[in-house]
Formats: sequence, C-alpha cells, structure tokens
Amino acid sequence: MSEIIKPRDWSSQPSYIDPAYRSTALRGPTKPLIPLRQSLSELTGPVYGHDCLGPLDADLTKNGRKTADPLGERIVVTGRVLDEDGRPLPNTLLEIWQANAAGRFVHVVDQHEAPLDPNFFGGGRCVTDAAGRYRFTTIKPGAYPWGNHHNAWRPNHIHFSLFGPSFVTRLVTQMYFPGDPLLELDPIYKSSAVGARERMVARFSIEVTEPGFALGYEWDIVLRGRNETPMGSH
Amino acid sequence: MAKLTQTPSQTLGPYFAYGLTPEQYSYGFLTSIAGAAVAATDTTGTRIRIEGRVLDGAGVPINDAMIEIWQADDQGRYAHPADPRPLNAGFRGFGRCGTGTDAQCRFYFDSIKPASVDGVQAPHINVVVMMRGMLLHAFTRIYFSDEAAANAHDPVLATMPEVRRGTLIGQLDESRPGKVYRFDIHMQGADETVFFDA
Repeated sequence: MSEIIKPRDWSSQPSYIDPAYRSTALRGPTKPLIPLRQSLSELTGPVYGHDCLGPLDADLTKNGRKTADPLGERIVVTGRVLDEDGRPLPNTLLEIWQANAAGRFVHVVDQHEAPLDPNFFGGGRCVTDAAGRYRFTTIKPGAYPWGNHHNAWRPNHIHFSLFGPSFVTRLVTQMYFPGDPLLELDPIYKSSAVGARERMVARFSIEVTEPGFALGYEWDIVLRGRNETPMGSH
Repeated sequence: MAKLTQTPSQTLGPYFAYGLTPEQYSYGFLTSIAGAAVAATDTTGTRIRIEGRVLDGAGVPINDAMIEIWQADDQGRYAHPADPRPLNAGFRGFGRCGTGTDAQCRFYFDSIKPASVDGVQAPHINVVVMMRGMLLHAFTRIYFSDEAAANAHDPVLATMPEVRRGTLIGQLDESRPGKVYRFDIHMQGADETVFFDA
C-alpha cells in the first residue's frame, strides 16, 4: 500500500467522556486507545453503490407517504462529501434519519408527546455522484425535549452516517440548521470544540432553494484524507 | 489541493434503528443495507456465529448500541478494490446489528471464519461500536480462542499489555453445536475492551 488514511483530527473530534452529556459517563472508554498500524483490514471497507438504493430512498417527502404529503416545511439538503485534501468522494453511501416536523421520531422508544405523521417515516439514503455530491428532499425536523438536564431540548438536526473509502473513514454525525438558538444550549453539539462544531451547521442557500417548493440548505462533509507513506514502495 | 478539516463525529442517538437497521427492528418503509446475516448460502468457508453484549461501566447491558463488523473471507480476501484478489461469491463481509431486539441485549452475526489477511496477522474481524451516549465510534477487533498459535504471533495483539489481550478474543462456546464465539464488549472497568486509535 502506498497510502494510508490520515489520523482522526483530535482537535475537531469530541471526547468519549463529556460531563455535560451525562450518558457518556458510563459508556465512553476510559483507558488510552491502543495505536493500530493500518493494514488491509483498515484500508478496505464496505462498498455500497447505487445498486443498494430504492427509487424513493433520497426523497423523505415521498418514501413514507401513505395518503397525503407529510406535514411541515419541505427542504432540500445537498452538498459534497470530500476528504481532507479536498478530493470529492464519489459513490459513497449516506444514510440519514430524523424527527418529523413536530419533533417526533418514528422509533418506538420515542415517547415525546408530539404527533406522529402517518405520511412521514424519516429515514433515507443516497449515494454520491461522480463529483461527490448528494441530495435529499425532506421535511425540516422539529426540536424535541430530552432528559439530559432540566428543560433540555435538542436543536433541529438530521443524523448522517457515511462509510467513505475505508473502514476507518466511517463517520456518524448530525447536521444542524443555521440560526438555531438551541445550538448554544446543546451539549451534544458543543461536544466538539469551538471552530469545529460550526462545520456541522448547514448554510441556507437561495440557489438550492426550489421556487414555490422547498427551501435549500447546503452542507459539505469532510472525511479523513490519505497520506503518502515515506517508503511508498511495498 | 484545498486543505479541509474533518467534520466532527456525533452520537447516533437512541433512534437510529429505523434509519440504519430498519428490517431488524421491523420498520417496513426502508430495506436494510446489511444485517446480522453476513454470509450468503453460497459463501464458502466455516460457518460461525458471533454473539455478545455491550456492557456499560456499571456492568449493565446496553440496549441501544449498534455493532458493525467488517471481515475478510475464508481466503483472507476483502471485498474492496484495495484488495486486488478475486472475490468469494456473494460475500460482502459487512454486518450490522443493534442490541435492542433481544431480551438479553445481545448482538449476533452469522458469518464465516476469516483467514489471515496477509499471512502475518491472526484471523480477525474488525468492529465498530456505537451507541447513544457515545460521541465518537470505537474501533476494536474480534480474534478467535481456537487460533491460539496465530494469536501468539499477531503483531497487533503484541502492541498491547498481555493482560488486556483477552478482551479481544472471542471465546468458542464448546457447549453449543456449530462454532459459536462469545464476544462481550466492556466499555469500562477492569475488563475494559481494547479500543484502537485506528
């Protein structure tokens, strides 16, 4: 192998244990991570292309529709998946899940007293094109309360899961919306340092906005890049 | 090329199941890209099952974790372009299982035993651990208790204190038919599983 994947950027990534996010206390590893020299096991990873997609997978306004359109504000979320060197990553799978417009998840564990929308499911997926671009049509998710502390509310967000080119480029993250007053009160968003957390906030775009139909948001996602090894010849 | 900075990781939260493991959790709208059945009927190799729980720092099994595995086939080949060797028919080598559908909070995978990928490393399965309350996924590996000779020469196991190596060994359960390996993941405590800076 002539290249290896760049390390996790610890100045951008959150800590395993973060006192403000209480559930981390008993769930994050406490011992130092053991360094792992990358081998074929780390430099390969699952390959999922366009063949894994259903026709409505990227349109959450349609993939849960039963009798009518889902309620809420329609939005388009699009952007590119890139690596740290700015290379677009084509053919990479994105999986998303989110609450409905009222802040309720379809998941059976969610007991928040906000209405379910019979026409909205909230899960979808998409594979990037040759330029690394993805695009979802969905409903803007609502905020919802959670039990972390008194009067805790999660800001509006969409969960994103990506593989990237190898097993170690895996990323699970959340996309937030600009101008949300709950961001500065949210320990999950704030688990990443100032200067890094802002990269999880999408940008409103009038260019992406579809006239008469949906507001547009742009959000680029950056995965770990590649290094040339000094030896380069084995 | 432009220098960009990594997007931060966030927890997958408590409600991942309908997005990532919809079929396992019986959500009808979306198919699953992967599940606990890793090997297809025509995959060659020794059939194995991996079974385990994820335990928090109080020793309590976690019911909202998700485990992903990535493994080579019975010839040590990965189904990925970086591995130029030809593929085992129908074997993608990727599995995904949540811990929320079993009364004991177990995950499991039905797969085949991988061979050594390079003739140096002992046979192993690569693992990603994620859950609510975890902001950044953790990497670990499953080795096999009936590969003691290969494990003794594995360069990755050699990098950690001997007392911690056992946390990465899936234990063959002799009391059950077939090859069932038990692999509990301890997030904290005296038996904390080894997690990698991969």
